[in-house]
Amino acid sequence: MKIIVCMKQVPASTKVDIDPETGNLKRAGQSARTNPYDLYALECALRIREQIGGTVTVITMGPAQAEEMIRDAYSMGADEGIILCDRKFAGSDVLATSYTLSQGIKLLGGADLIICGRQTTDGDTAQIGPAVAEHLHLPHCAWVSAIEEVDEKQITLRQDFGSVTQVSRMNYPCLVTVDKDICVPRLPSYRLLCRTKDKKVRFVTFEDLPKKDLSRYGAIGSPTSVERVFAPELAATNVYVEGTPEEKAVKVIQMLQDRKYI
Amino acid sequence: MKFLKFEANLCSLCGACIDKCPFGAISMERDGITLNESCRMCGICVRECPTQALYFDQQANMEDKDQWRGILVYAEQEQGKIHPVVYELIGEARKLAAAVNYPVYAVMVGTAGTAENARKLLNYGVEEVFVYEHEGFAGFKADCYADAAADCISRLKPSVVLIGGTSLGRSLAPRLSTRFHTGLTADCTKLEMREDTDLVQIRPAFGGNIMAQIVISSSRPQFATVRYKVMDRAEKVANPTGKVTICPVSEKMVKSRIQVLSAKVLEHTKSIEEEDVLVVAGRGAEKAVDMLKELADVLGTQLCFTRPMVENGFGDTAHQIGLSGRTVKPKLILTFGVSGAIQFTSCMNGSECIVAVNTDPDAPIFKIADICVKDDLYQVLPTMLQELKNRKEGEQNAVSL
Repeated sequence: MKIIVCMKQVPASTKVDIDPETGNLKRAGQSARTNPYDLYALECALRIREQIGGTVTVITMGPAQAEEMIRDAYSMGADEGIILCDRKFAGSDVLATSYTLSQGIKLLGGADLIICGRQTTDGDTAQIGPAVAEHLHLPHCAWVSAIEEVDEKQITLRQDFGSVTQVSRMNYPCLVTVDKDICVPRLPSYRLLCRTKDKKVRFVTFEDLPKKDLSRYGAIGSPTSVERVFAPELAATNVYVEGTPEEKAVKVIQMLQDRKYI
Repeated sequence: MKFLKFEANLCSLCGACIDKCPFGAISMERDGITLNESCRMCGICVRECPTQALYFDQQANMEDKDQWRGILVYAEQEQGKIHPVVYELIGEARKLAAAVNYPVYAVMVGTAGTAENARKLLNYGVEEVFVYEHEGFAGFKADCYADAAADCISRLKPSVVLIGGTSLGRSLAPRLSTRFHTGLTADCTKLEMREDTDLVQIRPAFGGNIMAQIVISSSRPQFATVRYKVMDRAEKVANPTGKVTICPVSEKMVKSRIQVLSAKVLEHTKSIEEEDVLVVAGRGAEKAVDMLKELADVLGTQLCFTRPMVENGFGDTAHQIGLSGRTVKPKLILTFGVSGAIQFTSCMNGSECIVAVNTDPDAPIFKIADICVKDDLYQVLPTMLQELKNRKEGEQNAVSL
């Protein structure tokens, strides 16, 4: 059983300020952390490995700094980690990112099961998982809230779609994106940290990938482009209610009743 | 589709690009300006460079845009009913279509009854609804649904495809956009159509701290997902002229590698998106949750939470407002002890009237609130609750008299 987990290192804080005069982004924080949603994906993979055996490989695309994240994954129990790291991958949107990841997975000889987190905290799109599945021509189940059954041939999952919950089964190879709270991710172990401190993290560049078509990667391979960024607009009307706390309370209720809201 | 180029001869060594780069991706090396892998191609350096030594090199790889016409709405069904987001997508599609004189289409995939539902959409000004009806579409199977929708897209060649930002839509949309090798913008909050048929897509980025304006200028179709309660619902048209077209469903289309074993409807309780009035408890109201629950009960609605409150176990994600929770657009929203981080406000600032109670005079929630109460909620809330109860009782008495 070969399991690949797609992970990403995200900015530790999403706080970004915008210069009101130039419209430029002020320098974003450089500190990074592992996308919290991906920890659930890794934990699921580790549990499946414990149950039926196999290997867990973590794959990510990003700067060399992502090695920290792979090291953390090693101390949680991942067997192998690779980073798709190349200037040529910079500026990738959903299409190019998912393509690059799918190429990385092909380089690894594919997988029986690919597990992704539901979304990242910086992009918030929840699209990479299904897009990777499409590139690899695999079936996928998204929004997985529980793994009901798993063996060497197939996996049975519970998916939550708002008002409906569905139990689905897929044979390998396939891809799943798991929701938050599907399990409690384990903490990195000090014992594993010591044991894996010399373990190699594999760096993969554009030259290593099976398909070397520059027009499919990075900003060039990205059909979407960001034209501009701006600060979100603020609504104008704000009335401050004055008086003692009790008077304020009564005034608010009166205002709401006058405006026919209650 | 562009490359970032550097022309050493033009560079004045001013270093503006290095200072302004928000990602620290630029450095001055022996052979000039060098970009490292932190670069996100945001283009700020290109704008900042006084000598145009940094520039984007456009690549000629244009899809013939005239080949792609119209706006296609993916009309999602939930338990045999049209999902309400569909009417909002149609409303938005009609506005966009009017700018470039495009028709609005819809595609529906589902089991028996789908064609019947399709007819309902005609009343909202859809010109043609394409229906893929087959028992094989029972349960949501991403591969089959993508095959059917892709079949419709290939024969129709729409310029824009709008999909609801629901669980189903967000599972389907990336498969489709990937299949057509084109762009997809998730959770757009604003859309505009340009004369050249490029769709301007605006969405929150960096957790909603900034808004990004995105275009898909050289490929088609342009995919966008929009969440429920973001756009305005379509009005009915006086004389519907559209038609329903039943599309052939091939065996290959319904052959899935996903086996649906069971599907269960969760008890239908009104979701927070459907409420007209909402009460929200923020981190400042941790000790007032019970009283706020009572307030919500008196108002006949539900109590919602901000993300830190949900993380602290006060509520479930179905009652969480914010980028990682739900987007709501009620008529009235009462927030207590909510500071108003943009991740929260961007998902509720479409509300008609926002009331904020917070002790912190600098809380950002006051910037968007319509009615601001700068005071201790533990003192304000009991009176509010009592006052409301009194008025309700008064009304009931008036009615019974």
